[in-house]
Amino acid sequence: MNSTALIHAIIDGVLTGSVYALMATGLTLIFGVMDIINVAQGILVILGAYLSYALSAHFGIDLFVGLAITIPTLFVVGIVVERLFLARLKGPERTAMSILVTYAISLVIEGALNMIFSVNPVQLHAWYVNQSFGIFGIYIAYIYVFGFLLAAGLLAALYVMLYRTRFGASIRASLADQTAAALIGIDVKRVATICFGIGVAVTAAGGMVYGATNTFNASTSYDLISRLLVIIVLGGMGSLGGALLAGILMVTLEDIVAVAWSPVWSQISFFVVLVIVLSLRPQGLFGKQSARVA
Amino acid sequence: MLRLKSGLWLLGFVVFALLPLVVTNPAYRNIAVVTLIFMACATSWNMFSGYSGYVALGSAAFYGTGAYTMALMANHLHLQGGASMFWLVPAGGLAAMLVAVPVGAIALRVRRHTFVVITIAIFFVFQLTAINLSFTGGTGGLSLPYVPWGASYFEVPFYYVAFAILIFATVLSVLVRRSRFGLQLLAIRDDEDRALGLGVKVFPVKLTGFVMSAFVIGMGGALYAMLQGQIYPQFVFDPIFDITIALMAFFGGFGTLLGPLLGGLVLESMQQYFTVTFSSGSLGSLYLIVFGALFLVVILFMPQGIVTAVRDWWVKRAARAARDSAASDAALAGGSH
Repeated sequence: MNSTALIHAIIDGVLTGSVYALMATGLTLIFGVMDIINVAQGILVILGAYLSYALSAHFGIDLFVGLAITIPTLFVVGIVVERLFLARLKGPERTAMSILVTYAISLVIEGALNMIFSVNPVQLHAWYVNQSFGIFGIYIAYIYVFGFLLAAGLLAALYVMLYRTRFGASIRASLADQTAAALIGIDVKRVATICFGIGVAVTAAGGMVYGATNTFNASTSYDLISRLLVIIVLGGMGSLGGALLAGILMVTLEDIVAVAWSPVWSQISFFVVLVIVLSLRPQGLFGKQSARVA
Repeated sequence: MLRLKSGLWLLGFVVFALLPLVVTNPAYRNIAVVTLIFMACATSWNMFSGYSGYVALGSAAFYGTGAYTMALMANHLHLQGGASMFWLVPAGGLAAMLVAVPVGAIALRVRRHTFVVITIAIFFVFQLTAINLSFTGGTGGLSLPYVPWGASYFEVPFYYVAFAILIFATVLSVLVRRSRFGLQLLAIRDDEDRALGLGVKVFPVKLTGFVMSAFVIGMGGALYAMLQGQIYPQFVFDPIFDITIALMAFFGGFGTLLGPLLGGLVLESMQQYFTVTFSSGSLGSLYLIVFGALFLVVILFMPQGIVTAVRDWWVKRAARAARDSAASDAALAGGSH
């Protein structure tokens, strides 16, 4: 293995990893506030990618400009899904039920996407997808850098919202303890609905970058959701910082394994690391240690 | 009530036993075999996940292990295609149990939702391994010895073997439910810490249940491989299988005996029918929409599943009838004075 390839893998990993971190942050935020595991996150990423695809292919709208349409659209999709299905889930099996319900939603969306866009894989195109620039003998397509900047910008915005606004304070209170948050007068239901909307809205941005850097069809969502779940469990479910770090670490590790050993086995490294870490630290890297899980 | 219940079970048994004599279309018989396999797998899944509350979403790892055991052993033993291959079905189940021991030992260290995710992760390790190893044939999969039975009765032996597996799974599920071991699983589902405090050895109990449930799922995979004659890693280690059997159990009634049977019967036969009918064109995706939407409707209106909802309705009706007749008795008694 030469060092250029290794450096390339690390740069690639950090750039791509930040996009995964963004999508995983949405997922972990939803879990932390609502105790809901949104398995539909994978297909929603693909939905976001297809929306960008439709806008750019049929209306010639630039991928990044199109986000002004796709992000609010997916926010609304999230709100509707939460109000219609998830708000009704109650009782001790709530989290398990949420997995099945969001999976069923995911199947419906998958079927619809297959019917509308067919199963032939597509990829998003723009000048920055096809052109790359060289630095120290390494060539990187512009989209990786733009995608990184987008993800970093959105994550920063999310953090400002969480740590500098009143609404962010109520989200963090709900993350810490839902019952206590309700007791001090926070409308936990409303916070949950909006959090779900935000958690889903980030998939529009993630999906656009994903679709520009990979070919995709609806069934790509299985690969995506399994990675996102691994990332949030590894980071500690409900931990925003954990999702961020685990996202970048895991994708970088996968890229390094791909050049150091073989691309064939790199995907497995993802899951093997998870199994090892969880054997040593069942709550994940930054998860809350809960003595009693209902 | 008890007689009605056993009568219905007997009726179900007779209908299933006679079905291949009535249904002669090979396509429909094939649907019936696969449906029975799924009913058995869902019942077995429910025996661990439904009773213990630990929703496992990696069962395709066991299904695939069973399928590959069947394919590899049949090829290495140079078996003639035919009934002798059925002996490898329990071997597939045993292989799945063997694999389930380390999987369970890792996954059951964590609770509930983390458990769900880690089972998914372990499943993907299996799928990727099957795709990447050389002895599994990679993405090209493996061919099994050709089974030279005539088209007019090809599926019939498969049907009865699948039926036998289903009966085994159902009886096992009943026995576990009525045993001390089953009560321990239910105690874990209700409150694991309290169960631990009361002296239930939770980890061995969970692991035993997990490994037991892998047996039938492995047998299902082995039989499916033999029926297909050719297996591919992405179809026997299929993430949709993971979720499908869980959806079946929840659809019918999570933790009930009849629930996974009903869920498997309705959902799998429907899915197979859709696949056969709309195998070409974009309509093939229609079943995903119908399947998902049907599940959503059931779960929103009957969150406990169909079986539990019907049972509650029945109990309420009986209670009301009893109250009404008691009231009219009282009225009559009052009138006679």
